[in-house]
Amino acid sequence: MKKIFVGLGRYFIFIYETLVSLLIPPFEKQIFIYEIYKIGVKSLPVCMMTSFAVGMVLALQTGMASMSVLNEPAYIGTVVTFSLIKELGPMLTSVVLVGRVAAAITAEIGSMRVTEQIDAMYTLGTDPIKYLVVPRVVAFTFVLPILTMISNIIGITGGGIISYLRFDIPSTIYIRDCLDYLYLDDFFHGLIKSIIFGIIVSTIACYKGFYTEGGAEGVGRATTSCVVTSIVCLLMGDYFLSSLLIALGIG
Amino acid sequence: MIKIINLYKSFDNIPVLQGINLEIYNGETITIMGGSGQGKTVLLKNIVGLLKPDKGKIFVDDVDITSAEKKVLLNVQKKFGYLFQSSALFDSMTVFENIAFGLRNYNLSEKEIEYRVKLYLSYVGLEGIENKYPSELSGGMKKRVALARAVAYNPQYILYDEPTTGLDPQTAETITDLIINLQKKLNVTSVVVTHDLKAALKVSQRIAFLSNGKIVTILTPQEVLSSDYPLVKEFVSAAIIKNI
Repeated sequence: MKKIFVGLGRYFIFIYETLVSLLIPPFEKQIFIYEIYKIGVKSLPVCMMTSFAVGMVLALQTGMASMSVLNEPAYIGTVVTFSLIKELGPMLTSVVLVGRVAAAITAEIGSMRVTEQIDAMYTLGTDPIKYLVVPRVVAFTFVLPILTMISNIIGITGGGIISYLRFDIPSTIYIRDCLDYLYLDDFFHGLIKSIIFGIIVSTIACYKGFYTEGGAEGVGRATTSCVVTSIVCLLMGDYFLSSLLIALGIG
Repeated sequence: MIKIINLYKSFDNIPVLQGINLEIYNGETITIMGGSGQGKTVLLKNIVGLLKPDKGKIFVDDVDITSAEKKVLLNVQKKFGYLFQSSALFDSMTVFENIAFGLRNYNLSEKEIEYRVKLYLSYVGLEGIENKYPSELSGGMKKRVALARAVAYNPQYILYDEPTTGLDPQTAETITDLIINLQKKLNVTSVVVTHDLKAALKVSQRIAFLSNGKIVTILTPQEVLSSDYPLVKEFVSAAIIKNI
């Protein structure tokens, strides 16, 4: 139990130091741009594929359910759009990035820790939090909402294709279903979630790497811990975040 | 000048340093010797602020680094060059970028940085390898690049953590000669941690012996060879046997 509280305390101190380093110039622009490419551009194909598949299966399941209840495939566009924009878009995109990017960040920073490269940065007059952590956290938090929005559009498109092919719903009806009842609040609900998920996942990934101990085995442990901790935090945090946003009238 | 006063450090309740007192004078080369696991590297990392002691003080040019805030500590750390036992080169950067890394904190032009990188590579006898990555270098080459990186921005103090460990005798001799040459060229204060007595006798003005977490004796190289202190005699005998 003591270990959990020590770990939590050290994590919040790490976030504080990251925030302070972010606010003090200079900002490592080149590393930030490179990380945007690595995290964003390179993750786009897998995020789009995942979302497309989710959109298709959502449309299929919604259509079949409404057929059995209402005798017609109704509100497929509405269900697909709301599910993706408010919930599945931010969550699934975050989970994909946990596996694809966060684990790699932990492994990279963890390897640097166990080979004393982080110590070397201190001795060369460079704050490793400023150099390694800040650009990654900012890039991840910046890219995740954008990837989420693109994934949502692809997912809704996937749903539309299945609506047409499986249930003969014309695209005009599908698009009308998508946009009816959709308000700006719902869009912001998903956007705020993806920003907060971005902060949670990127700080966990960098923290786990920064405090890696124990050589190659330690790097492996840290990477696994990053993935597990991130996913648990995302799933549990999602309920509380959703409740808060709904209570505030945002979606 | 570096002053270490009553330094204690332990890990998971296992004491490593148990009351270190040491003064390191400007311009000297002092070696800290001791068996494996005696805390030599821990002492070095405390001096440069990579570790925080449990008790005691360390003054670097009258600044107490044990209680300094992060900004002050980072500024003090810029006075140090540190040669890590594992070299600790940044493996995602070329040799050029590794050596230039520390220089980029000093508002130098790219031309000046390029000049310095080439100059210090020539000091360590590795001209022309600027574009290679650490994975393409031998152990001895990595050590020399790490040395060039540690001294490229003319630090006041250079700390060497086992500079010859793991190297063949010829390369170890080369590194030892480099330490002496750099000492003469840059007029720095050097602290060498090693259990290579031959290297220690060659480079040092004083040799401090660490045992059971304390500095038990400090001798000149001449005094080491004629000392009756049991720990010192052990090192001398081992060195003689190794060189037979």
